[in-house]
Amino acid sequence: MADMGIGVSVKRREDARFLTGNGTYTDDINRHGQTHAIIVRSPHAHARIKKINQAKAKAMPGVVAIFTGEDMKVGSLPCGWLIKNQDGSNMVEPGHPPIAQGKVRHVGDPVVVVVAETRQQALEAAEAVTVDYEVLPSVSSLKAATKAGAPLVWDEAKGNICYDWALGDKAAVDAAFAGAHKIVKIDLVNNRLIPNAMEPRAAIGDFDKATGDYTLYTTSQNPHVIRLLMGAFVLSIPESKLRVVAPDVGGGFGSKIYHYAEEAIVTWGAGQLKRPIKWTAERSESFMSDAHGRDHVTHAELALDKDGKFLALKAETLANMGAYLSTFATCVPTYLHATLLAGVYTTPAIWCNVKAVFTNTVPVDAYRGAGRPEATFLLERIVDIAAREMKMDPAEIRRKNFIQTSQFPYQTPVALQYDTGNYDATLDMALKMIDYKGFAGRKAAAAAKGKLRGIGVSCYIEACGIAPSAVVGSLGARAGLYECANVRVHPTGSVSIFTGSHSHGQGHETTFAQVVAEKLGIPSEQIEIVHGDTAKVPFGMGTYGSRSIAVGGAALVKALDKIILKGRKIAAHLMEASEKDVEFKDGKFTVAGTDKAKTFGEVALTAYVPHNYPITELEPGLEEQAFYDPLNFTYPSGCYIAEVEIDKDTGTLEIMRFVASDDFGKIINPMIVEGQVHGGIAQGLGQALLESCVYDKDGQLLTGSYNDYCMPRADDFPNFDVQHTDKPTPCTHNPLGVKGCGEAGAIGAPPAVMNAICNALGVVHMDMPATPEKIWRAANAHMARAAE
Amino acid sequence: MYNFEYQKAGSVADAAKAATGEAKIVAGGMTLIPTLKLRLASPSKLVDLGGIKDLVGIKAEGGGVTIGAMTTHAAVANSAEVKKAIPALADLAEGIGDPAVRNRGTIGGSVANNDPAADYPAACVALGATIVTNKRKIAADDFFTGLFETALQEGEIVTSISFPAPEKAAYQKFRNPASRYALVGVFVAKTKAGVRVAVTGAGEGGVFRKKSFEDALSKNFSAAALDGIKVDAKGLNSDIHASADYRAHIISVMAKRAVAAAK
Repeated sequence: MADMGIGVSVKRREDARFLTGNGTYTDDINRHGQTHAIIVRSPHAHARIKKINQAKAKAMPGVVAIFTGEDMKVGSLPCGWLIKNQDGSNMVEPGHPPIAQGKVRHVGDPVVVVVAETRQQALEAAEAVTVDYEVLPSVSSLKAATKAGAPLVWDEAKGNICYDWALGDKAAVDAAFAGAHKIVKIDLVNNRLIPNAMEPRAAIGDFDKATGDYTLYTTSQNPHVIRLLMGAFVLSIPESKLRVVAPDVGGGFGSKIYHYAEEAIVTWGAGQLKRPIKWTAERSESFMSDAHGRDHVTHAELALDKDGKFLALKAETLANMGAYLSTFATCVPTYLHATLLAGVYTTPAIWCNVKAVFTNTVPVDAYRGAGRPEATFLLERIVDIAAREMKMDPAEIRRKNFIQTSQFPYQTPVALQYDTGNYDATLDMALKMIDYKGFAGRKAAAAAKGKLRGIGVSCYIEACGIAPSAVVGSLGARAGLYECANVRVHPTGSVSIFTGSHSHGQGHETTFAQVVAEKLGIPSEQIEIVHGDTAKVPFGMGTYGSRSIAVGGAALVKALDKIILKGRKIAAHLMEASEKDVEFKDGKFTVAGTDKAKTFGEVALTAYVPHNYPITELEPGLEEQAFYDPLNFTYPSGCYIAEVEIDKDTGTLEIMRFVASDDFGKIINPMIVEGQVHGGIAQGLGQALLESCVYDKDGQLLTGSYNDYCMPRADDFPNFDVQHTDKPTPCTHNPLGVKGCGEAGAIGAPPAVMNAICNALGVVHMDMPATPEKIWRAANAHMARAAE
Repeated sequence: MYNFEYQKAGSVADAAKAATGEAKIVAGGMTLIPTLKLRLASPSKLVDLGGIKDLVGIKAEGGGVTIGAMTTHAAVANSAEVKKAIPALADLAEGIGDPAVRNRGTIGGSVANNDPAADYPAACVALGATIVTNKRKIAADDFFTGLFETALQEGEIVTSISFPAPEKAAYQKFRNPASRYALVGVFVAKTKAGVRVAVTGAGEGGVFRKKSFEDALSKNFSAAALDGIKVDAKGLNSDIHASADYRAHIISVMAKRAVAAAK
């Protein structure tokens, strides 16, 4: 099956339905007797709800029900990760009611739910609801929230601090700084982003009067997690009475991991009304209700010896949580950020302090990369500054500090143990791809045209394949992070795979089928990949943190191995051979040294028609299940280099070249991987150059539409030259040797292009996004300096 | 969207009669329809000009062009007459919005809406166009009166726009990276009567003429003639996308580029 097995760029089988408009997204689903919900949201960043006037709306045509926080007294939307303060105490963990109770804490906070027969009627009635607010002072930025005497988002969170956490050996860091040859410093902002999946969120709650069963259809990256969180913590519905379906989902980028208020509202409401309720976000609602990403303010310092070796790194970060703690919000700036601060370097001592801060803004949570882009941006910027101050080549200072291939497994000073890698290989390849040596000539040619040309290198590493349950459990995670796969072989030899890894753009239906084809030697038409329904898939922790192939794929391999093991027993019986002599290859069981053979299909049929069968030793049927809990994270790494030209007159930037050399270990489908990297780079460059979420000082969202929030377009970028390393280092601890590739681009790209801009302008640092005005101002200052 | 009555007008006279009170006229709908969808407007009635054939078409007249109000941006961009008489106008039309907008949006709708970041107002003012309505002819200088404000009265409908041909002209647009509307757009036209420079996107009150540039360029039509003429940031927009200072600077840069590109 070489044409469709591992390593082949098979075209994505799911694309036919997506590209022809035949996908089934949540909003495409309509249930019998369905009603429609519109949510009246807070126009204020912080206010006390004095009175909700709903009489007029209630009397309007088609209105079925109006719910307020008083009506919906249920559990709190939970936070999935407990972070401890430096003093050992627990973080401040305020409640998060699905509908605001007494107070609203950000623009967009749900206040009233209007349910009507049609969406139009619900819209009309929602406009007739008026709410009397007492507007309270608010804080909409990290700076405002951490000022002495700032208004409090939560009375219990003094100084608006959720937690004050640290990782690393501070004494060792201080000692290294005391003896350092050079100390370089940076103050940076990691700009706040709005995820903007193509499909807005939607949810349908359904209730079966006959059985008392609930069903939630939702735009989720992890339906089982939603079932667990909503069932156990919010609505007290046992798993056996609650089905969660996440059908085709149009992109997530992290924003569809979390359990959102609207899911609980429609599910609970369906039970109240005994009728289905549909809610679909408008785009403007997405801007003010989807969890945002990033939003860090950081001061960092790097100590170096006289040869440019890194001695120690310290970083102090303020991380914006927004008004409520979203599902994974608390672990993003801590265990997904500080643990990555070693990067690909041998820095022996690292200390990082993170203070998480409440503000009157939409909750902030993981967004493509989640903590790792923030770590990589910090590290790759400060390393560039170090190169500048040490008068060293940016590529060479990195190389000098690389962890060497002989040092693996490598224990970093910030908890992680890297199993394998080859950082020289990806750096060498990227330098060659961009013709690094030829840069001086290209810069001179640009200067002759009046343009400023710059080059920027970024070497990233990420911890993916999230995550070993025991490790994350010891760090405060309230869930395990394994994955589950079920392989059902049907009597005719076709196979259904039930995986907990949800696909919402990643192409699992193709990639996972390739793994099955490779292992079982059957054609892909006989392989069905099923995901996204708790009634079909036994269990699953879902898709995020570049974990699907590394964890979900590994679970699949384990389950397939069990199928093959049982198949060998059946085949041995049929061929009257000893099990140990039976081999399985290319879809055939054979007996070594003979011409005896049974196809996979024959064995499957025998399992279901067990006339000639080892019935005393083996059950009939051919279906196996496996859970896989990883032993370690996986560590994809690579080198990205950007080359830019700047128009001094306007500050307009053009990316002339962008090269990527990644090490994802073993690759299942190179085309899909390349696509993932392309998308990731586009999002990374979007953060660096275009995207920024802006609130005004009163907590109003100024970037609440595409007129103001700048999403990248295809013509903003050149073609990216994306290649896989010629010396890959397969993961050592999962059966496929895979590492994951979904987030790399978004992690590695921002520092590459920002380093290139700083290089072109001769400036130490510039915060993202690098808008034309910012670049123009820096270019002017640069020219003024040059003239002196 | 709120409910409204819909009327497809058979003639301009019908449309003028129907467009009273809370009724609104819809041309291409590229601004109005999204506004309705966001429930930001609730007209009692939409009077659609889409069925009035007389309003569509481009005529070469007296060296210039007269463009029917319901002519799409794409038609202007691709018109042999426009390309011949005023290539800068065809270029401008080619750069409006995206293909969907260019194939639905109309010149009449654009000037009647007078979005402060729209492109056509700059062309109308710089070229000294005449906006023709069902009631009168209005000089472009008198037509655009403020943000989304024009000299149009109730029941008055733009029927065509006449552009005299300049000796040479060009339009240069610096796009807002998010919306891609003009952050600054500068239309420079060298006419027999002198040089006219109109700026869109930047001004707090919408399109405006830049007299100091016009005077300098009338004496010496070259980019260098603008060197050292400072653009005052006062009266320019300042928002999350660009400061007034930056817009002032970009006005100079775009004007110089337009002069250099003029044909």
